[in-house]
Amino acid sequence: MHYQLNDQQIEHDEEGYIVDIAQWSEPLAEHIAQSENLAMTSEHWEVISILREYYQEYQIAPAIRVLTKQVAKRLGDGKGSNKYLYELFPYGPAKQACKIAGLPKPTGCV
Amino acid sequence: MSDATETADGLVTKRFLYVNRKAPHGTVYALEVLEMILVAAMYEQDVHVAFLDDGVFQLRKNQATEELEMKDFSKTYRALEDYGVEKIFLEKESMEERGLTPDDLVIPAATIDRKQMTELMDSMDVVLSA
Repeated sequence: MHYQLNDQQIEHDEEGYIVDIAQWSEPLAEHIAQSENLAMTSEHWEVISILREYYQEYQIAPAIRVLTKQVAKRLGDGKGSNKYLYELFPYGPAKQACKIAGLPKPTGCV
Repeated sequence: MSDATETADGLVTKRFLYVNRKAPHGTVYALEVLEMILVAAMYEQDVHVAFLDDGVFQLRKNQATEELEMKDFSKTYRALEDYGVEKIFLEKESMEERGLTPDDLVIPAATIDRKQMTELMDSMDVVLSA
């Protein structure tokens, strides 16, 4: 299973999470979002970049509760809510946003 | 043995202690226990973590894992605070036997001696050792 991005094939697992995190790129993120019928806006990118930085720093994809706190800290309390994040990523902010960010599924997510 | 407490919404909270005794790499124990800790924390359990024997090496700073083709999950211990896990203990004797001091470690932790460690274990509802 793979995403076809121009002439490049990027392997993913059965749920759509990419296998090799080093293969991530912004065009790939757009491509994954599109395949989930999601149009990326600057608000989406803000969250994606927080997720990627969190992974860089701690080597894990944060659980939703932790992500919400990080977003509140970095982007203000107005955005650090479940409601705001679910509006951006209807299939679950941690699950869907992590997929677009090229991270593994958050630990403990079922 | 203390009694488990039940919160208003019916979720039972127990005192959990995760005991890490093995070196970080070479087996999957350290990483698997770390994942169990994160999951328990998400279910709002009263999580305690102890490092003893070679387990103290799990917190060693500056691990070079590239050649092992392992991810450097020592960075993940620094995320425990975000998950509300702050009850972290080191066994004094294990640290001394290996020439380690708290400055060698990626996160701060309470150093307790072997006798206190035994008491800590006795006060838990669940002890998981790996």
